[in-house]
Amino acid sequence: MAELMEHKESLNGYQLHLVPTRKFKTNALVIRFLAPLQRETATNRALLPFVLQKGTKDYPSERVLRTKLDELYGADLNIDCAKKGENHIISVRITFVNEKFLNQEDSLMDELLGLVQQILFEPNLDGGSFKNEVVEKEKETLRQKIESIKDQKMSYTNMRLIDEMCKGEPYETHVHGYIDDLDKINGENLYQTYLSMLNEDKLDVYLLGDIDVEESKQVIEKYLTFDRTEKHQPTIVENSKEKKDYEEVTEAQKIQQGKLHMGFRTNTTFKDSNYFTMQVFNGLFGGFPHSKLFVNVREKHQLAYYASSRFESHKGLLLVFSGIAPEAYDKAKNIIIEQFEDMKKGNFTDKEVEETKKLTIHQLKETFDHPVGIVEVMYHQVLANRSLTPSEMFEGIKKVKKEDLITFANQIQLDTIYFLTSEGDQK
Amino acid sequence: MKVKNIEQFGEQLYYDTLDNGLDVFLLPRNEMEKTYGIFSTKYGSIDQTFTPLGKDEYTTVPDGIAHFLEHKMFEKEEGDIFQQFTKQGASVNAYTSFTRTSYLFSSTENVDENVETLLNFVQEPYFTEETVEKEKGIIAQEIKMYDDQPDWRLFFGMIGTMYQNHPVKIDIAGTVDSIQKITKDDLYTCYETFYHPSNMILFVTGNFEPEAMMKNIKQNQDKKTFRPADEINRKFPDEPTQVAEKEKEIRMPISISKCLVGIKEDPSQLTKENIPKLKLVTQMVYDFLFSKSGAYYEELYQEGLIEEQFDYEIHIEQNFSFSFVGGDTKSPKKLSDKLQSMLLKLKDEEWTEESFERMKRKKLGDLIRRLNSLEGTANHFIDFYQLDLDYFDIYQTLDDMTKDEFESIVKQWISEDRLSTCYVVPES
Repeated sequence: MAELMEHKESLNGYQLHLVPTRKFKTNALVIRFLAPLQRETATNRALLPFVLQKGTKDYPSERVLRTKLDELYGADLNIDCAKKGENHIISVRITFVNEKFLNQEDSLMDELLGLVQQILFEPNLDGGSFKNEVVEKEKETLRQKIESIKDQKMSYTNMRLIDEMCKGEPYETHVHGYIDDLDKINGENLYQTYLSMLNEDKLDVYLLGDIDVEESKQVIEKYLTFDRTEKHQPTIVENSKEKKDYEEVTEAQKIQQGKLHMGFRTNTTFKDSNYFTMQVFNGLFGGFPHSKLFVNVREKHQLAYYASSRFESHKGLLLVFSGIAPEAYDKAKNIIIEQFEDMKKGNFTDKEVEETKKLTIHQLKETFDHPVGIVEVMYHQVLANRSLTPSEMFEGIKKVKKEDLITFANQIQLDTIYFLTSEGDQK
Repeated sequence: MKVKNIEQFGEQLYYDTLDNGLDVFLLPRNEMEKTYGIFSTKYGSIDQTFTPLGKDEYTTVPDGIAHFLEHKMFEKEEGDIFQQFTKQGASVNAYTSFTRTSYLFSSTENVDENVETLLNFVQEPYFTEETVEKEKGIIAQEIKMYDDQPDWRLFFGMIGTMYQNHPVKIDIAGTVDSIQKITKDDLYTCYETFYHPSNMILFVTGNFEPEAMMKNIKQNQDKKTFRPADEINRKFPDEPTQVAEKEKEIRMPISISKCLVGIKEDPSQLTKENIPKLKLVTQMVYDFLFSKSGAYYEELYQEGLIEEQFDYEIHIEQNFSFSFVGGDTKSPKKLSDKLQSMLLKLKDEEWTEESFERMKRKKLGDLIRRLNSLEGTANHFIDFYQLDLDYFDIYQTLDDMTKDEFESIVKQWISEDRLSTCYVVPES
C-alpha cells in the first residue's frame, strides 16, 4: 500500500486538496466552509444545510434535485454542520461511483460538479431572499431536531456537560442552534448568512479517489470559480483558567440508567507537540477495551456496560462517558477518579504503553480505509495549521514514553461531572 | 482451494471447506491498510428451542442466551481476550443478531496471528458459575441502556405487533429477569450444539496473501479435534401469516412521538430462489417512494407528517421476514393511516420503464459503494451465505431483473392483514 499523498493547490479564494487513491470504488468530493463558532450566527448556519438541500434554481424542489442524483447511479449528497474546536463548519459531501465500474459514456464527474455548482451558487431564491415558505418549513424541522436531542440521553448529557463546563466560552455554543433564535430567522437574513458563508468563510475543497491530479484540478476550476475574499481563519482557543476543584451537576429525569459524564481540561490540541501524548493517554485511560476505565469500571466492578473516554482535538477536552445504575454513582465516580490518579502516579507498565501505541496506530491506519475518514484526518491539519504526513503521525505516536504520559496526566484537570439520574434517586 | 473471479471489479474470492466442515472465504483487498476477519455461527436469538447435542428431546433455553454466550466467550482462565488482541495490535468485537453470532477483529499487523487468535478463542469455551454470575450485572446495564432508547423500544414494539409466537419478537439481549436464569450448563449446551465448525463460516478480507492465509487456517484447524458433525434440530412455533395485533402504543417519557408501519412478509414468498429478488425489489420500492427523491416522501413532508428522522428497514430471512417505514412525527395516527394507505395501493401502481431503469441504476450504485467497506462486504456476504446464497451473484440478479418480474413481486408483496403500526408517544 502506497502512502497517501495530498496535493494542495491554492486556487482563487480557496484551497484545493487532491488525494489520488485506488482504494475505493467511489470518488468523494468534500467542501468545507469554516467560520467562528458563536451564538449569534449558530442557528442561521444550522438552518442553512436544510434549506440548501431543498432545491436549486434549475432543480427547484428536493425531489427534483434528488431524482437527478439518483440518475447518476445514486450519488450520495449530504450537507450538514459540525463544531470542531471553536469553529462552525458547514460540509457538503458528495460521493459517486467511479465511472470505470459502469458502462457509462459521459463523465459522471462533470455532471456531478455541474450539480454541485448549482447547489452552491444557484439556490432557489425569491429575489434577494430564500423562499419564505421553504425557510418556515425547515425552521420547523430544525426545531424538532433540537427538541429530539432530549430523547437521546447520551447526546443530551454530553451537551449539558459542555454547557456547564464551557459557560462563557465560544465552545458552549450549540452547533444545531437554539429554539429561541428560530423566530428571528427569515428568508432575507438567511440569504445574508448564505452570502457570508460563500464569500467570507475559510473554504477547503477535497477530491479523493482514483483521479488524475492535473485533470481534476482543471475540472474543479471549471465548475468552482469564486470571486471571494476569505475573512475567517480557524479560531485559536485560549487556555483555560486554573480551577480549585471540580464541579458536580446532577439532573433527574424518568430514566432507567444513569449517565455519568466527566469533562477534563487538557490544554492540548492538534497543533501542540504533545498531541500524540494525548492520543496515547486517551487509549490507555479509556479509549480501548484494555484501558483502565473498561477493565475497572466494567470488568472488575461490573458497574457498567460501557465506560470510555475520547478527546476533542481542537478544544483540548477529554471526556469520560459511562452508563451506570443510578445508585452506583459514588462508587463509579470514585473508581474513575482513582484510575485518573493512577495515570498521574504512573501506575501502568511500559508494556501497556507500547501496546496502546500499537493500537493507536492501528486505529489511525484504519481511518485511512474510509474515504471520509481520510478527509477528516487531513482537515485536522487545516484547523490546526500544522502539516503532517501519515508517517509523521505514526512516528509521533511511536515516540511517546511513559514519562510523557505521567507529565501529561499531571497537567490535565477534572473540571466538571454531569450526572443524569433517575427521579427518586436524586442525590 | 477454489477461486471465483468477480470480473466486474477485478476481485478474486478464494474459498474452501475444511475437513471439519468449516467454510472459509478469503477476499484479498491489498490496496487497503487493514485486514478484517469475521468468524460467525448460524446461531442467534431466535434459536431458543432445539435438541441439544446427543439428545433427542427438545429443550428451551432462557431469553437472551445467545447474546450472553457471546459476552462470555471473551473471558478465559488466563484472562480476557481483549488483552490478547491488544498485545497483537488488533481490535476485537462481537455481536449477536436474530440469526447469527459473529466474532471479529481488525488489524494492520500480525494478521496471521490474529486470525489464529480469533479461531482459538471462539473454539475454546471457558464458563464457570462465578464468571457467569459476574456478567449478569454488565448485561443488565446494557439492557437498561436500550430500555431508555425510544428507537430501540419502537423497533421491538413493531416486531411484537407483527409476530404472535415467533421468537424474533424477543429482545436479543433478553430481559433483566430472563438472564438471571442462565447457568454455566446452559451456556455449554448452546455452545456444544451450535459452535461446531460445520455450523460456522470464517470470512477474511483485506491486506494478505490468500495461499499462505488458507494454509495457516488449515493448520490451525487440523491441530484440533471435533466430534463428527451432527444435524441441528431447531423448532419454531407455528406463526400465523397475518399480524398479531394491528396497532400498539408504547408510552415513554419523551418529547417527540414516533410511528412505524410494518409489513410482515408472506412466508410463501420466502423461497431460496426468490429471496435475493425480494430483497432487491423491496429495497428499490421503499427507496423509490420513501427516500428524499420519492413522491410519497415529498407528500408526507409537505403535509407536515414527518420530520428529519424518517427511514425504512428491511429484514429478510428464511423463517421470518418483515420491513417497516416511519420515524418522528407530530401526528402519529395520521401518519400511520397515510402510510398504510400508500402501501396498500402499491399493488395497483403503474411503473414506467424510466422509473424502473432509474431504480436499477441507483441500486447498482449502492451495491458498488458497499464494496468500499471491508466490514460491509463481509457482512452482506455472510447474510447471503446463511441462506445458502452467493452474495456476489447479486449484481447479475439485478442486471437480469425485468420490469415484469419486478411488477409481479410488488403485486404480491402487501396485503392488509399483514400490515401493522407501532407508536412511541410521550407519557401523560
